[in-house]
Amino acid sequence: MSSHATTAEGEAPQFYELVPHHHAPHGSTQIGFWIYLMSDCLIFASLFAIYGVLGGNFAAGPSPEHLFNLQLVAVSTGALLLSSITYGFAMLDMDEGKKTGTLVWLVITGILGAVFLGLTLYEFYHMIHEGAVPQRSAFLSAFFVLVGTHALHVTFGILWLVTLLVQIGAKGLIPANKIRVQCLSMFWHFLDVIWIGVFTVVYLMGMLR
Amino acid sequence: MSAHTSTDTLASGTHAHPNPDAHGDGHDHGTRRTYLIGFALSVILTAIPFWLVMGDVIADTTIATLVIMGFGVVQIFVHMVYFLHMNTKSEGGWTMMAAIFTIIIIVIALSGSLWVMFHLNTNMMPGHIMNPADLI
Repeated sequence: MSSHATTAEGEAPQFYELVPHHHAPHGSTQIGFWIYLMSDCLIFASLFAIYGVLGGNFAAGPSPEHLFNLQLVAVSTGALLLSSITYGFAMLDMDEGKKTGTLVWLVITGILGAVFLGLTLYEFYHMIHEGAVPQRSAFLSAFFVLVGTHALHVTFGILWLVTLLVQIGAKGLIPANKIRVQCLSMFWHFLDVIWIGVFTVVYLMGMLR
Repeated sequence: MSAHTSTDTLASGTHAHPNPDAHGDGHDHGTRRTYLIGFALSVILTAIPFWLVMGDVIADTTIATLVIMGFGVVQIFVHMVYFLHMNTKSEGGWTMMAAIFTIIIIVIALSGSLWVMFHLNTNMMPGHIMNPADLI
């Protein structure tokens, strides 16, 4: 009935597209990947909530000021921060179509990520060696889950980065590879954002507690 | 709307670099300058809280915690703007909508968990029972 009224006004309603509507290839990849990152954000939010609730339950075990080495954390934070801007330079070189420049900056980013991962694993090894294992107290369980999940993300980011290096090396800067580099860029910067939360809440506030 | 967008896509198809984001909006990748500004800001915003804690600058723990959290929040926004290139226009505003939704959920989850568990802990403290006669 309402459609009748609309046509009566002289404007024929048009419910289909006369001109073919082309979506650019991979046009929706970025928003899809962004939604994934937001869901990943919720995982980290729940892990932060767990750490916030349990972070003070030491069960007469070691507390942050006995375990954490802020110099080490400062170095690994610096490595991750530097890797953010080197990834940015890789993106800029990619936009200018410089394949070698993109590869070089990506390799530097990967090395910095590996440095960060190495320092985190060294810290874990050191803590476990001192008997500060995840099952020692609720604080340590929450700590290892939160920082471990972040380290796992960095690990997969580095694996992805190595895969991309091979793909760009083989096929060049084709549109599909450009989309992949852009998605990894979002992932990499997102991990840096999570790390800001980790070093603020876990390390810095842990030392103040 | 859709017909208009597709003509835009066709027009930009002649461009030398096929832009995968030609659908509706441009995706801002930033320039060398914005990356360097973002990096400089994040170095400053990281160095100050580390200095505050390592140098024991603020004696009051509560104030120091709030200041450090403030620096963390500001740095997260710096990263979102300068590195993740968040703005209200990209993907027709849907990245921003998803981010706002996520932030709301995070705030509810974090503040709710901390609030409930803090009160639970307080109420479960043995010292909370002031008068032993209340137990009977």
